[in-house]
Amino acid sequence: MDAGDISWWSVLIAVIGGAIRVSTPYLFVSLGETLTEKSGRVNLGLEGVLVVGAMSGYATAVLTGEPWLGVLVAGLAGAALSLVHALVCSLPRVNDIAVGISLFIFGTGLAFFLGKPFINPSAPRLPDIDFAWWSSSPQVQSALKINILFIAGFILALFMAWALKTTRWGLMLRTVGDSEEAAKALGYNILRVRMLGTVAGGFLAGVGGSYLSLYFPGTWNEGLSSGQGLMAVALVIFARWDPVRCFYASLLFGGATALGPALQTVGITTNYYLYGAAPYFLTLAVLIYSSSPQKALEGAPGEVSINR
Amino acid sequence: MNSSGLLSSAEAVTINVAAFAFTMAIFGVYVAALGHNPVDVYYVLYLGSFARQISIESTLTNAAPLMLTALCTAIPARAGLLVIGGEGALVVGGVATVLAGVALGDAPFLPGVAMMCLAGALAGGTWIGLVGALRQYRGVNETISSLLLNYIAIALMYHLITGPIRDWERVLKTSSWSIPESLRVGEMEFIGVHWGLAAGVSVCLILYVIMRRTTFGFGVDILGGNPRAAQMAGLPINRMVILCCFIGGAMAGIGGAFEVMAVHGFASESLAVGFGYAGILVAFLSRQNPAAIIVLAILLGGITASGGLLQRRFDLPDATTQVLQGLLFMVVLASNAAYGRLSVFQPASWRTA
Repeated sequence: MDAGDISWWSVLIAVIGGAIRVSTPYLFVSLGETLTEKSGRVNLGLEGVLVVGAMSGYATAVLTGEPWLGVLVAGLAGAALSLVHALVCSLPRVNDIAVGISLFIFGTGLAFFLGKPFINPSAPRLPDIDFAWWSSSPQVQSALKINILFIAGFILALFMAWALKTTRWGLMLRTVGDSEEAAKALGYNILRVRMLGTVAGGFLAGVGGSYLSLYFPGTWNEGLSSGQGLMAVALVIFARWDPVRCFYASLLFGGATALGPALQTVGITTNYYLYGAAPYFLTLAVLIYSSSPQKALEGAPGEVSINR
Repeated sequence: MNSSGLLSSAEAVTINVAAFAFTMAIFGVYVAALGHNPVDVYYVLYLGSFARQISIESTLTNAAPLMLTALCTAIPARAGLLVIGGEGALVVGGVATVLAGVALGDAPFLPGVAMMCLAGALAGGTWIGLVGALRQYRGVNETISSLLLNYIAIALMYHLITGPIRDWERVLKTSSWSIPESLRVGEMEFIGVHWGLAAGVSVCLILYVIMRRTTFGFGVDILGGNPRAAQMAGLPINRMVILCCFIGGAMAGIGGAFEVMAVHGFASESLAVGFGYAGILVAFLSRQNPAAIIVLAILLGGITASGGLLQRRFDLPDATTQVLQGLLFMVVLASNAAYGRLSVFQPASWRTA
């Protein structure tokens, strides 16, 4: 094996490790958005929710020294912000996508505003589990340090898939999202179900944000999120509103995000910004590939305005 | 304008003023919770935006790109699309302007500026036209694709200004080559604001007339109101949607052209400072009406302009104006629910009363 081979191996390992490290926020936001969209609404503001989660989680961890409390507060802050979305969208003739954009602007503004004092102090990080006991390679070891939130997200994806399919709650959520008429006939309270779906989705997105600030990259600053919350919305379309597919898609997107930094570790620094745009190109390509002008997408909730 | 048009305009103005007042009240509570006197904060907002010649000039300088990026959302919206790619269209327009300016070299002023505007318009128009084409031919959601293209545009700009077109002699700031001094656009004779403002006001008025008074504008309104009716009427829907997107993107591209020609002289991170996102807000506040955009861009330009003064006087972070904008956006969207509910504006209620 010559030197060239070794460096490509290390790129591959770095991409795989990066995919595991970077994918968690995508996973949580896309699971949250799946819940929201299953209830028939689109929350495009989850990018803002993600940033608010990152800020509030970090601030809580700095103030209390408890990173897990930070995760909880991040989720609650995300739920509170999404409640605003849910309430405004409950008014008649209000466009949920436009409200999402306003939440995106408001949430990031609020996070930068309130988070200003927390840019400098450092917070305790979330712990990780070492899965690389069998390897002596430092690259493999750093790739296989896996955060508990990643594992929690995986279990949550399995649970959500099961719950949506087999429980009464899942059926209610899907009915409200698929057909208002049917939901009305069954006597469901449509606005309340949608509100719960949106708020629960916001909680998950907030938790995803806390991963950014408390684990990887593990700091708080204004450039922390680069549209992950937004890409996760597109990722849900790609995953066809299926939680388990959200998990695979998150890994794919995480890998694409990790490509630029991985190439940098082996000394390829030209075109850094182009590789950095890889996840956006990938999202767009995936949308172009998976959309269809003739019909709504398979698995799409009927009441969701995003696949008209 | 007939009387029902006048009435609905009055309704829109009333609801918008109420929404603005409500937003200011919430914002007052917010700053009060942080220990500032809301009245002082309002006063500084006014001082920094409209009180003095210099603040008015700064407001109008901010308003110019806002008018042009607002059109990037407003024109496609009339055809029923929610495009939010103004930021990206402004950036690619600015980069194209730099390339055109450098290529033109010592061209005479007026033709040179015209060519640079054209380059910016073509780049921005193609950028958003692509969004419309993807929507019509592939069914790709235009909101998400245009937002992704914002990130792609900014990444492309960083790629270019850190390598292929970088000006290595400017050490303090990473930027592209500069356009020739002879092609820089200055301020207008009578006020300390660059010519981009005149361009913004003119295109808003021209597009108002086109959307209100031409067959094309009428067709677009049918399409935006009821796509099926437009299809039955045999309108060329695909071409109309893509053209609306192209026009919107071209306007944001011209916004980028003036940021380069009149403000910076080169492309840098200063192009992507949020004019595109604030433009979305302007478009929604004006209910996608190009003439109303002029007024509301000036209002939003004022909020942006007073950000610096708020920061200095009260030590508030620079994100304060973003919080205010997001809040205003949300309240204005919620106020949509009030249309048709206020009996004063419903002629039918006059008779029964």
